[in-house]
Amino acid sequence: MSIDAGLAKTRGSFLSRLFGRAADRPVTPEWLDALEETLLRSDISVSLVDSVMLQVRDVVADRKAETVPKVLAAVREALVAVLEPGERALIAGTGTPRVILVVGVNGSGKTTTAAKLAKRLRDAGETPLLAAADTFRAAAIEQLEIWAKRVEVPIVSGTPDGDPAAVVFDAVQAGIARGNTTVIADTAGRLHTKGHLMDELSKIVKVAGRARAGAPDEVLLVLDGTTGQNAIIQARQFTETAQVTGIVITKLDGTAKGGAVFAIADELKLPVKFLGVGEKAEDLVPMDPRAFVNALLPANG
Amino acid sequence: MFEQLSDRLTATFEKLQGRARVTDADLDEALRDVRVALLEADVNFKIVRQLVATVRERAIGEKVLESITGAQTVVKIVHDALVEMLGGEAVPLATADKPPLVIALVGLQGSGKTTTVAKLANVLRKQGHHPLLVAADVHRPAAVDQLQSLGKSLGVPVRTVSAERVADDVAAAIKGATAEGRDTVIVDTAGRLHVDAAMMQEVEAIIRSAAPQEVLLAVDAMTGQDAVEAASAFKARLPITGLVLTKVDSDARGGAALSIRAATGVPVKFLGTSERLDGLEVFHPDRLAARILGMGDILTLVERAQEHVDEKEAEAQARKLLEARFTFDDFYKQLQQVKKMGPIGDLLKMMPGMGGLAKQLPDPQQAERQMTTIEAIISSMTMQERRDPAILNGSRRKRIANGSGVTVSEVNALLKQFKEMQNLMKQFGAMAKRGKLPKLPGMPF
Ligand SMILES: Nc1nc2c(ncn2[C@@H]2O[C@H](COP(=O)(O)OP(=O)(O)O)[C@@H](O)[C@H]2O)c(=O)[nH]1
Ligand SMILES: [Mg+2]
Repeated sequence: MSIDAGLAKTRGSFLSRLFGRAADRPVTPEWLDALEETLLRSDISVSLVDSVMLQVRDVVADRKAETVPKVLAAVREALVAVLEPGERALIAGTGTPRVILVVGVNGSGKTTTAAKLAKRLRDAGETPLLAAADTFRAAAIEQLEIWAKRVEVPIVSGTPDGDPAAVVFDAVQAGIARGNTTVIADTAGRLHTKGHLMDELSKIVKVAGRARAGAPDEVLLVLDGTTGQNAIIQARQFTETAQVTGIVITKLDGTAKGGAVFAIADELKLPVKFLGVGEKAEDLVPMDPRAFVNALLPANG
Repeated sequence: MFEQLSDRLTATFEKLQGRARVTDADLDEALRDVRVALLEADVNFKIVRQLVATVRERAIGEKVLESITGAQTVVKIVHDALVEMLGGEAVPLATADKPPLVIALVGLQGSGKTTTVAKLANVLRKQGHHPLLVAADVHRPAAVDQLQSLGKSLGVPVRTVSAERVADDVAAAIKGATAEGRDTVIVDTAGRLHVDAAMMQEVEAIIRSAAPQEVLLAVDAMTGQDAVEAASAFKARLPITGLVLTKVDSDARGGAALSIRAATGVPVKFLGTSERLDGLEVFHPDRLAARILGMGDILTLVERAQEHVDEKEAEAQARKLLEARFTFDDFYKQLQQVKKMGPIGDLLKMMPGMGGLAKQLPDPQQAERQMTTIEAIISSMTMQERRDPAILNGSRRKRIANGSGVTVSEVNALLKQFKEMQNLMKQFGAMAKRGKLPKLPGMPF
């Protein structure tokens, strides 16, 4: 993350030139401490925070930026730059139906996200099909079935304790037969530390490819926005097992900021595609790096 | 869960202990490392700052800079500060003056409340209690179905409530419990955000009318900096009596638990250690502090062994082992028992001094997988083959390989290993007979 580059971007900004003088609050040691706290509090990894703070202190010492608005803008730009790269739209896929797998640890919001995503696609004129492949957790299938009814999207369900890979296979086959544009498969929550469950996931991925060559097109890792540094380890493990193509961060309607995702984007080059901001079907919004960073680092710093 | 934190701190301390004398710079460096280790473990930043300040103050107070044993003193100061943060002894579940005992689970969405309700019911049922479950999560789709299905698998009744009268219906279920022969009522509530005013009012109303002796806040062990804020908000509105730290079987470093305990004073009472309904452990703060610092947790290990290993069976097997009468069938039984105790990696970490060994193992997950392979191979053998592996000719081996989905060379490898183990044990046994081996104290297997 480079503050200098961030600084370069803000230097020419018309607004900052216009309002720069009015808000010429000088940077004080107390303000720097507060900035560090804000960053740490949002779950940005300590190594990234330390690197930002080191650069900020340098920039201030070198008199390249001495006012609060200037430093803040530079930090924001640097943070945005971490999240910018990568394709944030859903991958079009190499065949029909497009196959999306929704994966993640227990309780992160997979089922809800699968339903929200189905609604988004349906609203966009697609004909999605849901697949209830969490055959493990009690009543997980019923949960997605209720959602499917709510968002008026058809569903293919597994049987409790059945083979989840078979459900995905059947759903993709059904999607081909019925001409659905996209199949969204909800999978059971699994901790990335459980070898046998991760093996099961890689089998699901493999079987999806057998149902339609090249599938899955998109593997979305759903991360709970309240998760701390463990999110990075989750992302690493799931990527290794299931070739994750994008991240969804949920529960950002609370007070958590989801800052762990910076290290993920930085290290794994994975784009964050959607944010979960509530429990209703429409509470899934596309990721906007600038808005995300602004929520984390408000204007008055 | 806490291993990385423990690794980091151990490395810091080792560096420090390598010094003849602790200089000012050494102390600064050590405290910087401690800060990073704690932040990486998700300990709340305010608490980290406080802890680092406390340690520095005490270190200077105890004159570590001038003392020859300065390094050890710093280690002890950090240890004590951590133990203080975690609280001392285990805090038992509340009791009711007059039955039923009422327990309510509250918390954020996806924190593990429903599963914990079922696990608690399982623990209480095993202790001879008669729990009743109340499914008061009327918000999440199929949450009621989930609890009903869990109740069914435990043989514990589940009451439902109407969405318009949640608080009243919960109270009514509690009122009727005693007459139905139920001495404990466990209430599952919906997940909610601490900033959702309407939902917080709802849970306040439920708790007011249920008047539980125990209000447990379920907290995901992987939670980051937000843990303190959320827990404090729940505590401000509800009489929280304890925490249940869930998903502890992840590799999260557990700073959330430390932080909430330190910030709110609410003790951690239980740990959720697996998705299975027997995956709930009583939390022992003192033991956990020792685990964080790499001292192992032999007490938990012994308890788990006592719970899952049949002592007579273990003794008989040990005797067979030493007399080289140990067969594949015995081996199979033993594998089953070890598996019941939990993941191998966890078990090793609990043994003092074994944390390092656990790391040297290629990978506990791999060990786990190997165990599954071995199990599959043995279960494809006939009883006769298990007792007398000598009869395993080529075609039998091929059949076993096919049956267990492995290659013949994997079967061969297992047979070879088993034979080597038997030989080794024969020698051991002979030595033991001549009294050359000390009895291994307290080894369950
Ligand atoms: N407030 C909030 N709650 C969410 C969000 N996404 C999911 N949830 C809730 O989190 C809980 C777990 O979600 P679920 O989809 O069942 O998680 P899964 O176990 O990963 O499938 C449910 O109570 C959801 O309503 C979100 O963006 N905001
Ligand atoms: Mg689910």
